[in-house]
Amino acid sequence: MSIRYTKDHEWVLLDGKIATVGITQYAQGQLGDIVFVEVPAAGKALTAGGEAAVVESVKAASEVYAPVAGTVKEGNAALPDAPETVNQDPQGKGWFFRMEVANPADVEALMDQTAYDKYLQELAG
Amino acid sequence: MTIDPHVKNIGIKSTPLHALHVALGAKMVPFAGYDMPVNYPLGVLKEHLYTRAQAGLFDVSHMGQATLTGNDVVAALEALVPGDLAALTPGQIRYNLLLNDDGGIIDDLMVTKADAPDTLYLVVNAACKDGDFAYIAGKLAGKATLTRHEDASLLALQGPAAVDVLATFIPAAATMDFMTSRLDTFEGVPVRLFRSGYTGEDGYEISLPNVSAEKVAKALLAAPGVQPIGLGARDSLRLEAGLCLYGSDIDTATSPVEAGLSWVIGKRRREQGGFPGAARIQKELKEGASKKRVGIKPLGKAPARAHTEIQDASGKRVGEITSGGFGPSANGPVAMGYVDASLAKVGTPLNLIVRGTALPAEVAPLPFVPHRYVKKA
Repeated sequence: MSIRYTKDHEWVLLDGKIATVGITQYAQGQLGDIVFVEVPAAGKALTAGGEAAVVESVKAASEVYAPVAGTVKEGNAALPDAPETVNQDPQGKGWFFRMEVANPADVEALMDQTAYDKYLQELAG
Repeated sequence: MTIDPHVKNIGIKSTPLHALHVALGAKMVPFAGYDMPVNYPLGVLKEHLYTRAQAGLFDVSHMGQATLTGNDVVAALEALVPGDLAALTPGQIRYNLLLNDDGGIIDDLMVTKADAPDTLYLVVNAACKDGDFAYIAGKLAGKATLTRHEDASLLALQGPAAVDVLATFIPAAATMDFMTSRLDTFEGVPVRLFRSGYTGEDGYEISLPNVSAEKVAKALLAAPGVQPIGLGARDSLRLEAGLCLYGSDIDTATSPVEAGLSWVIGKRRREQGGFPGAARIQKELKEGASKKRVGIKPLGKAPARAHTEIQDASGKRVGEITSGGFGPSANGPVAMGYVDASLAKVGTPLNLIVRGTALPAEVAPLPFVPHRYVKKA
Protein backbone atom coordinates (compact mmCIF):
# COMPACT_ATOMS: atom_id res chain seq x y z
CA MET A 1 0.00 0.00 0.00
CA SER A 2 1.52 3.26 -1.08
CA ILE A 3 0.30 6.77 -1.67
CA ARG A 4 -0.20 8.19 -5.14
CA TYR A 5 -0.96 11.72 -6.34
CA THR A 6 -2.72 13.42 -9.24
CA LYS A 7 -1.68 16.60 -11.01
CA ASP A 8 -4.88 18.12 -9.62
CA HIS A 9 -3.54 17.59 -6.08
CA GLU A 10 -5.63 14.66 -4.94
CA TRP A 11 -3.94 11.92 -2.95
CA VAL A 12 -4.97 8.27 -3.26
CA LEU A 13 -4.19 5.50 -0.82
CA LEU A 14 -4.95 2.05 -2.23
CA ASP A 15 -5.73 -0.98 -0.06
CA GLY A 16 -6.69 -3.94 -2.25
CA LYS A 17 -9.41 -2.56 -4.49
CA ILE A 18 -10.44 0.21 -2.07
CA ALA A 19 -8.88 3.64 -2.51
CA THR A 20 -9.15 6.49 -0.01
CA VAL A 21 -9.04 9.90 -1.67
CA GLY A 22 -8.42 13.40 -0.36
CA ILE A 23 -6.65 16.62 -1.25
CA THR A 24 -3.01 17.26 -0.50
CA GLN A 25 -1.34 19.48 2.07
CA TYR A 26 -0.33 21.75 -0.81
CA ALA A 27 -3.92 21.96 -2.06
CA GLN A 28 -5.38 22.88 1.31
CA GLY A 29 -2.71 25.56 1.70
CA GLN A 30 -3.57 27.02 -1.69
CA LEU A 31 -7.30 27.00 -0.96
CA GLY A 32 -7.04 28.57 2.47
CA ASP A 33 -9.77 28.29 5.07
CA ILE A 34 -12.22 25.61 3.95
CA VAL A 35 -15.79 26.45 4.89
CA PHE A 36 -17.85 23.90 2.95
CA VAL A 37 -17.39 20.34 1.80
CA GLU A 38 -19.74 18.11 -0.19
CA VAL A 39 -18.82 14.44 -0.40
CA PRO A 40 -20.32 11.88 -2.81
CA ALA A 41 -22.94 9.34 -1.80
CA ALA A 42 -22.19 5.61 -1.74
CA GLY A 43 -22.87 3.96 -5.06
CA LYS A 44 -22.02 6.97 -7.21
CA ALA A 45 -20.13 5.93 -10.33
CA LEU A 46 -16.94 7.89 -10.87
CA THR A 47 -14.95 8.38 -14.04
CA ALA A 48 -11.26 9.21 -13.98
CA GLY A 49 -10.91 12.98 -13.84
CA GLY A 50 -14.66 13.46 -13.31
CA GLU A 51 -16.15 15.55 -10.54
CA ALA A 52 -16.42 13.62 -7.29
CA ALA A 53 -16.68 16.13 -4.43
CA VAL A 54 -16.80 19.86 -3.77
CA VAL A 55 -14.57 21.93 -1.52
CA GLU A 56 -15.12 25.62 -0.91
CA SER A 57 -12.95 28.22 0.76
CA VAL A 58 -14.13 31.70 1.69
CA LYS A 59 -12.91 32.79 -1.72
CA ALA A 60 -14.03 30.13 -4.15
CA ALA A 61 -15.56 26.74 -4.90
CA SER A 62 -13.40 23.96 -6.34
CA GLU A 63 -14.07 20.43 -7.49
CA VAL A 64 -12.32 17.36 -6.21
CA TYR A 65 -11.86 14.95 -9.10
CA ALA A 66 -11.90 11.18 -9.08
CA PRO A 67 -8.30 10.08 -9.59
CA VAL A 68 -9.37 6.87 -11.31
CA ALA A 69 -12.63 5.19 -12.39
CA GLY A 70 -14.69 3.26 -9.87
CA THR A 71 -17.64 3.40 -7.49
CA VAL A 72 -17.99 5.36 -4.25
CA LYS A 73 -18.10 3.15 -1.15
CA GLU A 74 -18.58 6.02 1.33
CA GLY A 75 -18.11 9.74 1.71
CA ASN A 76 -16.48 11.09 4.85
CA ALA A 77 -19.64 11.91 6.80
CA ALA A 78 -17.69 13.94 9.36
CA LEU A 79 -16.50 16.57 6.86
CA PRO A 80 -19.70 18.51 6.07
CA ASP A 81 -20.06 19.47 9.74
CA ALA A 82 -16.33 20.10 10.22
CA PRO A 83 -14.89 21.27 6.89
CA GLU A 84 -11.90 22.80 8.70
CA THR A 85 -10.67 19.21 9.20
CA VAL A 86 -9.41 19.38 5.62
CA ASN A 87 -7.10 22.26 6.58
CA GLN A 88 -6.02 20.64 9.81
CA ASP A 89 -5.38 17.09 8.62
CA PRO A 90 -5.74 16.91 4.83
CA GLN A 91 -3.98 13.59 4.42
CA GLY A 92 -5.55 11.97 7.49
CA LYS A 93 -8.95 12.75 9.04
CA GLY A 94 -9.66 15.10 6.17
CA TRP A 95 -10.14 12.33 3.59
CA PHE A 96 -13.07 12.91 1.22
CA PHE A 97 -14.28 9.51 0.06
CA ARG A 98 -13.48 5.82 -0.34
CA MET A 99 -14.02 4.15 -3.68
CA GLU A 100 -13.78 0.73 -5.16
CA VAL A 101 -11.48 1.17 -8.10
CA ALA A 102 -12.21 -0.48 -11.43
CA ASN A 103 -8.58 -1.22 -12.10
CA PRO A 104 -5.97 -0.97 -9.29
CA ALA A 105 -3.22 -0.62 -11.90
CA ASP A 106 -4.71 2.82 -12.72
CA VAL A 107 -3.71 3.97 -9.23
CA GLU A 108 -0.20 2.61 -9.53
CA ALA A 109 0.19 4.64 -12.72
CA LEU A 110 -0.29 7.95 -10.83
CA MET A 111 2.61 9.94 -9.37
CA ASP A 112 4.42 8.51 -6.38
CA GLN A 113 5.74 10.69 -3.54
CA THR A 114 9.01 11.47 -5.31
CA ALA A 115 7.29 12.39 -8.54
CA TYR A 116 4.71 14.58 -6.77
CA ASP A 117 7.38 16.40 -4.77
CA LYS A 118 9.18 17.11 -8.01
CA TYR A 119 5.91 18.30 -9.58
CA LEU A 120 5.36 20.74 -6.69
CA GLN A 121 8.89 22.08 -7.14
CA GLU A 122 8.16 22.69 -10.81
CA LEU A 123 4.96 24.57 -9.92
CA ALA A 124 6.86 26.74 -7.48
CA GLY A 125 9.59 27.29 -10.08
CA MET B 1 -8.69 19.91 -7.39
CA THR B 2 -8.27 22.85 -9.71
CA ILE B 3 -5.64 25.32 -8.67
CA ASP B 4 -4.57 28.26 -10.75
CA PRO B 5 -0.98 27.85 -11.81
CA HIS B 6 1.31 30.59 -10.65
CA VAL B 7 0.47 33.55 -12.75
CA LYS B 8 3.48 35.18 -14.29
CA ASN B 9 2.20 38.53 -15.37
CA ILE B 10 4.10 40.69 -17.72
CA GLY B 11 3.22 44.35 -17.61
CA ILE B 12 0.98 44.10 -14.55
CA LYS B 13 1.01 47.21 -12.37
CA SER B 14 1.89 47.29 -8.71
CA THR B 15 1.26 49.69 -5.85
CA PRO B 16 4.00 51.37 -3.78
CA LEU B 17 3.34 48.76 -1.08
CA HIS B 18 4.07 45.76 -3.32
CA ALA B 19 7.43 44.95 -1.71
CA LEU B 20 5.87 45.21 1.74
CA HIS B 21 3.07 42.79 0.78
CA VAL B 22 5.60 40.27 -0.45
CA ALA B 23 7.75 40.73 2.67
CA LEU B 24 4.64 40.13 4.81
CA GLY B 25 4.09 36.82 3.04
CA ALA B 26 1.06 37.83 1.01
CA LYS B 27 -0.37 35.65 -1.73
CA MET B 28 -0.41 37.99 -4.69
CA VAL B 29 -3.04 37.84 -7.44
CA PRO B 30 -3.89 40.03 -10.41
CA PHE B 31 -6.81 42.36 -9.71
CA ALA B 32 -7.92 45.25 -11.93
CA GLY B 33 -4.54 45.24 -13.63
CA TYR B 34 -2.56 45.29 -10.39
CA ASP B 35 -0.64 42.58 -8.56
CA MET B 36 -2.48 42.70 -5.24
CA PRO B 37 -2.49 40.75 -1.95
CA VAL B 38 -5.51 38.43 -1.77
CA ASN B 39 -4.49 37.28 1.69
CA TYR B 40 -1.58 37.20 4.10
CA PRO B 41 -0.41 34.21 6.16
CA LEU B 42 -3.30 34.75 8.60
CA GLY B 43 -5.73 33.69 5.85
CA VAL B 44 -9.01 35.17 4.60
CA LEU B 45 -11.19 33.80 7.41
CA LYS B 46 -9.06 35.08 10.29
CA GLU B 47 -8.29 38.33 8.49
CA HIS B 48 -12.02 38.94 8.17
CA LEU B 49 -12.73 38.20 11.83
CA TYR B 50 -9.69 40.21 12.94
CA THR B 51 -10.97 43.28 11.11
CA ARG B 52 -14.35 43.04 12.87
CA ALA B 53 -12.64 42.56 16.26
CA GLN B 54 -9.59 44.87 16.03
CA ALA B 55 -8.34 46.75 12.98
CA GLY B 56 -7.26 45.71 9.50
CA LEU B 57 -4.95 47.62 7.19
CA PHE B 58 -5.81 47.36 3.50
CA ASP B 59 -3.80 48.62 0.53
CA VAL B 60 -6.32 50.15 -1.86
CA SER B 61 -3.82 52.23 -3.76
CA HIS B 62 -5.05 50.72 -7.01
CA MET B 63 -8.19 52.85 -6.71
CA GLY B 64 -8.42 56.06 -8.68
CA GLN B 65 -8.05 59.43 -6.99
CA ALA B 66 -8.62 62.80 -8.61
CA THR B 67 -9.44 66.40 -7.86
CA LEU B 68 -12.14 68.16 -9.82
CA THR B 69 -12.05 71.95 -9.84
CA GLY B 70 -14.10 74.63 -11.53
CA ASN B 71 -16.06 77.80 -10.81
CA ASP B 72 -19.28 75.83 -10.51
CA VAL B 73 -17.84 72.37 -9.97
CA VAL B 74 -20.75 71.13 -7.86
CA ALA B 75 -23.33 71.90 -10.53
CA ALA B 76 -21.00 70.51 -13.17
CA LEU B 77 -20.59 67.11 -11.49
CA GLU B 78 -24.27 66.98 -10.53
CA ALA B 79 -24.94 66.70 -14.25
CA LEU B 80 -23.33 63.24 -14.14
CA VAL B 81 -24.41 61.90 -10.72
CA PRO B 82 -27.76 61.78 -8.90
CA GLY B 83 -26.48 62.56 -5.39
CA ASP B 84 -27.05 65.96 -3.81
CA LEU B 85 -23.62 67.55 -3.91
CA ALA B 86 -24.93 71.10 -3.37
CA ALA B 87 -25.91 70.09 0.15
CA LEU B 88 -22.36 69.13 1.09
CA THR B 89 -20.43 71.31 3.48
CA PRO B 90 -16.62 71.38 3.26
CA GLY B 91 -15.20 68.10 4.52
CA GLN B 92 -18.34 66.04 3.88
CA ILE B 93 -18.18 62.86 1.82
CA ARG B 94 -21.02 61.44 -0.22
CA TYR B 95 -21.33 57.99 -1.82
CA ASN B 96 -22.43 58.60 -5.36
CA LEU B 97 -23.04 56.97 -8.73
CA LEU B 98 -21.66 57.91 -12.10
CA LEU B 99 -24.53 57.34 -14.55
CA ASN B 100 -24.82 56.90 -18.28
CA ASP B 101 -27.61 58.37 -20.39
CA ASP B 102 -29.73 55.26 -19.84
CA GLY B 103 -29.50 55.64 -16.07
CA GLY B 104 -27.11 52.67 -15.88
CA ILE B 105 -24.27 52.79 -13.39
CA ILE B 106 -20.83 53.48 -14.90
CA ASP B 107 -19.22 53.32 -11.46
CA ASP B 108 -19.81 54.06 -7.81
CA LEU B 109 -17.57 56.63 -6.23
CA MET B 110 -16.90 58.73 -3.16
CA VAL B 111 -17.20 62.48 -3.64
CA THR B 112 -15.73 64.76 -0.98
CA LYS B 113 -16.24 68.49 -0.84
CA ALA B 114 -12.76 69.82 -0.18
CA ASP B 115 -11.99 72.79 2.06
CA ALA B 116 -10.50 74.59 -0.92
CA PRO B 117 -13.21 76.48 -2.82
CA ASP B 118 -14.72 74.98 -5.96
CA THR B 119 -12.94 71.67 -5.38
CA LEU B 120 -14.23 68.10 -5.16
CA TYR B 121 -12.12 65.05 -4.36
CA LEU B 122 -13.09 61.83 -6.14
CA VAL B 123 -12.22 58.22 -5.32
CA VAL B 124 -13.32 55.64 -7.90
CA ASN B 125 -12.88 51.92 -8.53
CA ALA B 126 -9.55 50.67 -9.85
CA ALA B 127 -11.00 48.77 -12.80
CA CYS B 128 -13.07 51.77 -13.87
CA LYS B 129 -10.71 54.64 -13.20
CA ASP B 130 -9.39 55.28 -16.69
CA GLY B 131 -12.88 55.18 -18.16
CA ASP B 132 -14.43 57.24 -15.35
CA PHE B 133 -11.88 59.99 -15.50
CA ALA B 134 -12.03 60.19 -19.28
CA TYR B 135 -15.85 60.31 -19.12
CA ILE B 136 -15.90 63.03 -16.48
CA ALA B 137 -13.18 65.11 -18.12
CA GLY B 138 -14.86 64.78 -21.49
CA LYS B 139 -18.39 65.57 -20.31
CA LEU B 140 -17.25 68.48 -18.18
CA ALA B 141 -14.74 69.96 -20.61
CA GLY B 142 -14.80 73.73 -20.27
CA LYS B 143 -16.67 73.53 -16.96
CA ALA B 144 -14.29 71.69 -14.69
CA THR B 145 -10.72 70.44 -14.67
CA LEU B 146 -9.92 66.92 -13.56
CA THR B 147 -6.49 66.23 -12.12
CA ARG B 148 -5.57 62.60 -11.45
CA HIS B 149 -3.47 61.80 -8.41
CA GLU B 150 -1.36 58.90 -9.57
CA ASP B 151 1.29 60.04 -7.11
CA ALA B 152 -1.10 59.22 -4.25
CA SER B 153 -1.60 55.91 -2.47
CA LEU B 154 -4.67 54.92 -0.47
CA LEU B 155 -4.70 52.89 2.73
CA ALA B 156 -7.80 51.75 4.59
CA LEU B 157 -7.70 51.16 8.33
CA GLN B 158 -10.94 49.44 9.27
CA GLY B 159 -12.40 48.00 12.43
CA PRO B 160 -13.36 49.02 15.96
CA ALA B 161 -9.73 49.65 17.00
CA ALA B 162 -9.03 51.90 14.01
CA VAL B 163 -9.96 55.11 15.83
CA ASP B 164 -7.66 54.53 18.77
CA VAL B 165 -4.80 53.40 16.56
CA LEU B 166 -5.03 56.35 14.20
CA ALA B 167 -5.58 58.86 17.01
CA THR B 168 -2.15 58.01 18.44
CA PHE B 169 -0.69 59.44 15.22
CA ILE B 170 -3.38 62.01 14.38
CA PRO B 171 -5.37 63.05 17.49
CA ALA B 172 -7.99 64.89 15.43
CA ALA B 173 -8.93 61.62 13.70
CA ALA B 174 -11.00 60.70 16.75
CA THR B 175 -13.11 63.84 16.44
CA MET B 176 -14.21 63.17 12.86
CA ASP B 177 -17.77 62.18 12.03
CA PHE B 178 -18.35 59.23 9.73
CA MET B 179 -18.35 60.31 6.07
CA THR B 180 -16.19 63.35 6.69
CA SER B 181 -12.70 64.15 5.49
CA ARG B 182 -9.85 66.37 6.70
CA LEU B 183 -6.29 67.23 5.79
CA ASP B 184 -3.69 66.46 8.44
CA THR B 185 -0.21 65.05 8.85
CA PHE B 186 0.94 61.58 9.86
CA GLU B 187 4.42 61.85 11.40
CA GLY B 188 5.08 64.76 9.10
CA VAL B 189 3.52 63.17 6.02
CA PRO B 190 0.65 65.20 4.53
CA VAL B 191 -2.47 63.02 4.40
CA ARG B 192 -6.12 63.35 3.48
CA LEU B 193 -8.19 61.35 5.94
CA PHE B 194 -11.65 60.03 5.18
CA ARG B 195 -13.71 58.46 7.95
CA SER B 196 -15.27 55.91 5.64
CA GLY B 197 -14.75 52.40 4.38
CA TYR B 198 -16.00 49.27 2.69
CA THR B 199 -16.33 46.83 5.57
CA GLY B 200 -19.38 47.97 7.55
CA GLU B 201 -17.04 48.89 10.39
CA ASP B 202 -15.89 52.25 11.65
CA GLY B 203 -12.60 53.21 10.07
CA TYR B 204 -10.60 55.46 7.85
CA GLU B 205 -9.21 55.75 4.39
CA ILE B 206 -5.92 57.60 4.17
CA SER B 207 -4.71 59.23 0.97
CA LEU B 208 -1.00 59.99 1.06
CA PRO B 209 2.00 60.46 -1.22
CA ASN B 210 3.30 57.26 -2.82
CA VAL B 211 6.77 57.95 -1.47
CA SER B 212 5.47 57.83 2.12
CA ALA B 213 3.03 54.93 1.77
CA GLU B 214 5.37 52.24 3.06
CA LYS B 215 6.52 54.32 6.02
CA VAL B 216 2.93 55.03 7.12
CA ALA B 217 1.79 51.46 6.50
CA LYS B 218 4.64 50.10 8.59
CA ALA B 219 3.90 52.54 11.41
CA LEU B 220 0.24 51.45 11.45
CA LEU B 221 1.15 47.75 11.27
CA ALA B 222 3.50 48.19 14.24
CA ALA B 223 0.60 49.42 16.38
CA PRO B 224 -1.11 46.85 18.60
CA GLY B 225 -4.36 45.55 17.16
CA VAL B 226 -3.50 46.02 13.49
CA GLN B 227 -2.96 43.27 10.92
CA PRO B 228 -2.56 43.51 7.15
CA ILE B 229 -5.72 42.35 5.37
CA GLY B 230 -6.02 41.25 1.75
CA LEU B 231 -8.63 41.61 -0.95
CA GLY B 232 -10.19 38.25 -0.05
CA ALA B 233 -11.39 39.48 3.33
CA ARG B 234 -12.20 42.89 1.88
CA ASP B 235 -14.72 41.13 -0.35
CA SER B 236 -16.29 38.98 2.38
CA LEU B 237 -16.47 41.99 4.73
CA ARG B 238 -18.25 44.19 2.19
CA LEU B 239 -20.61 41.36 1.21
CA GLU B 240 -21.71 40.86 4.82
CA ALA B 241 -22.13 44.64 5.03
CA GLY B 242 -24.43 44.51 1.99
CA LEU B 243 -22.20 46.87 0.02
CA CYS B 244 -22.13 46.63 -3.76
CA LEU B 245 -19.11 45.47 -5.72
CA TYR B 246 -18.97 47.34 -9.01
CA GLY B 247 -18.94 44.94 -11.94
CA SER B 248 -20.75 42.26 -9.92
CA ASP B 249 -23.70 43.81 -8.09
CA ILE B 250 -23.99 46.97 -10.16
CA ASP B 251 -22.99 47.83 -13.71
CA THR B 252 -24.21 49.74 -16.73
CA ALA B 253 -27.18 47.34 -17.00
CA THR B 254 -28.48 48.23 -13.52
CA SER B 255 -30.14 51.44 -12.40
CA PRO B 256 -29.80 52.97 -8.93
CA VAL B 257 -33.41 52.02 -8.11
CA GLU B 258 -32.95 48.41 -9.19
CA ALA B 259 -29.75 48.28 -7.16
CA GLY B 260 -31.51 49.44 -3.99
CA LEU B 261 -29.45 52.61 -4.04
CA SER B 262 -32.34 55.09 -4.30
CA TRP B 263 -31.13 56.57 -1.02
CA VAL B 264 -28.19 58.01 -2.94
CA ILE B 265 -30.57 60.28 -4.85
CA GLY B 266 -31.28 63.39 -2.79
CA LYS B 267 -34.81 64.76 -2.47
CA ARG B 268 -34.01 67.85 -4.51
CA ARG B 269 -32.47 65.74 -7.25
CA ARG B 270 -35.48 63.41 -7.35
CA GLU B 271 -37.73 66.37 -8.02
CA GLN B 272 -35.46 68.34 -10.30
CA GLY B 273 -33.71 65.55 -12.20
CA GLY B 274 -30.86 66.91 -14.26
CA PHE B 275 -28.70 63.78 -14.11
CA PRO B 276 -28.17 61.19 -16.85
CA GLY B 277 -31.10 58.82 -17.22
CA ALA B 278 -33.28 61.03 -15.00
CA ALA B 279 -36.49 60.23 -16.85
CA ARG B 280 -36.07 56.48 -16.35
CA ILE B 281 -34.88 56.81 -12.77
CA GLN B 282 -37.67 59.21 -11.76
CA LYS B 283 -40.19 56.79 -13.29
CA GLU B 284 -38.67 53.88 -11.36
CA LEU B 285 -38.69 55.93 -8.16
CA LYS B 286 -42.44 56.49 -8.60
CA GLU B 287 -43.53 53.14 -9.96
CA GLY B 288 -40.80 50.82 -8.77
CA ALA B 289 -38.31 48.89 -10.88
CA SER B 290 -39.07 45.48 -12.38
CA LYS B 291 -36.13 43.85 -10.59
CA LYS B 292 -34.46 44.58 -7.30
CA ARG B 293 -31.19 43.80 -5.54
CA VAL B 294 -31.84 41.89 -2.32
CA GLY B 295 -29.96 40.02 0.34
CA ILE B 296 -30.28 36.25 -0.04
CA LYS B 297 -29.66 33.79 2.75
CA PRO B 298 -29.08 30.19 1.65
CA LEU B 299 -30.79 28.05 4.29
CA GLY B 300 -28.24 25.23 4.08
CA LYS B 301 -24.49 25.30 4.37
CA ALA B 302 -23.54 25.50 0.71
CA PRO B 303 -22.42 28.93 -0.51
CA ALA B 304 -24.04 30.19 -3.71
CA ARG B 305 -21.53 32.10 -5.80
CA ALA B 306 -21.99 34.88 -8.35
CA HIS B 307 -24.05 33.88 -11.42
CA THR B 308 -25.99 31.19 -9.54
CA GLU B 309 -29.50 30.98 -10.99
CA ILE B 310 -32.35 32.00 -8.69
CA GLN B 311 -35.75 30.33 -9.08
CA ASP B 312 -39.04 30.98 -7.37
CA ALA B 313 -40.88 28.23 -5.48
CA SER B 314 -42.46 27.02 -8.75
CA GLY B 315 -39.10 26.54 -10.47
CA LYS B 316 -39.28 29.65 -12.67
CA ARG B 317 -36.06 31.58 -13.18
CA VAL B 318 -36.41 34.93 -11.41
CA GLY B 319 -32.86 36.24 -11.23
CA GLU B 320 -29.23 35.63 -10.52
CA ILE B 321 -26.83 35.86 -7.59
CA THR B 322 -24.37 38.72 -8.13
CA SER B 323 -22.19 38.22 -5.03
CA GLY B 324 -22.13 35.21 -2.80
CA GLY B 325 -19.91 33.23 -0.55
CA PHE B 326 -19.25 32.32 3.04
CA GLY B 327 -19.65 35.06 5.62
CA PRO B 328 -17.19 34.46 8.44
CA SER B 329 -19.02 36.76 10.88
CA ALA B 330 -22.43 35.53 9.75
CA ASN B 331 -20.91 32.04 10.12
CA GLY B 332 -22.66 30.73 7.05
CA PRO B 333 -23.35 31.41 3.41
CA VAL B 334 -24.55 34.89 2.42
CA ALA B 335 -25.39 36.34 -0.96
CA MET B 336 -26.90 39.22 -2.87
CA GLY B 337 -28.67 39.13 -6.17
CA TYR B 338 -31.45 40.47 -8.33
CA VAL B 339 -34.97 39.07 -8.28
CA ASP B 340 -38.28 40.12 -9.81
CA ALA B 341 -39.65 43.01 -7.76
CA SER B 342 -42.63 40.87 -6.68
CA LEU B 343 -40.21 38.55 -4.85
CA ALA B 344 -38.12 41.19 -3.10
CA LYS B 345 -39.90 41.06 0.26
CA VAL B 346 -37.81 39.77 3.18
CA GLY B 347 -38.67 36.15 3.91
CA THR B 348 -39.71 35.26 0.34
CA PRO B 349 -38.65 31.66 -0.34
CA LEU B 350 -36.32 31.11 -3.30
CA ASN B 351 -34.31 28.26 -4.74
CA LEU B 352 -30.69 28.57 -5.76
CA ILE B 353 -29.44 26.21 -8.45
CA VAL B 354 -26.03 25.10 -7.19
CA ARG B 355 -24.29 22.39 -9.24
CA GLY B 356 -27.63 21.39 -10.71
CA THR B 357 -29.45 21.06 -7.40
CA ALA B 358 -32.13 23.45 -6.12
CA LEU B 359 -31.09 24.63 -2.66
CA PRO B 360 -33.59 26.49 -0.45
CA ALA B 361 -32.92 30.14 0.37
CA GLU B 362 -34.87 33.22 1.31
CA VAL B 363 -34.76 36.95 0.83
CA ALA B 364 -32.90 38.40 3.80
CA PRO B 365 -32.48 41.91 5.14
CA LEU B 366 -29.21 43.70 4.35
CA PRO B 367 -26.71 44.05 5.87
CA PHE B 368 -26.04 40.53 7.15
CA VAL B 369 -23.81 42.00 9.85
CA PRO B 370 -24.92 45.33 11.37
CA HIS B 371 -22.97 48.41 10.33
CA ARG B 372 -20.98 49.93 13.15
CA TYR B 373 -20.33 53.34 11.69
CA VAL B 374 -19.65 56.13 14.17
CA LYS B 375 -22.54 58.53 13.83
CA LYS B 376 -21.26 61.32 16.03
CA ALA B 377 -17.68 61.59 17.19
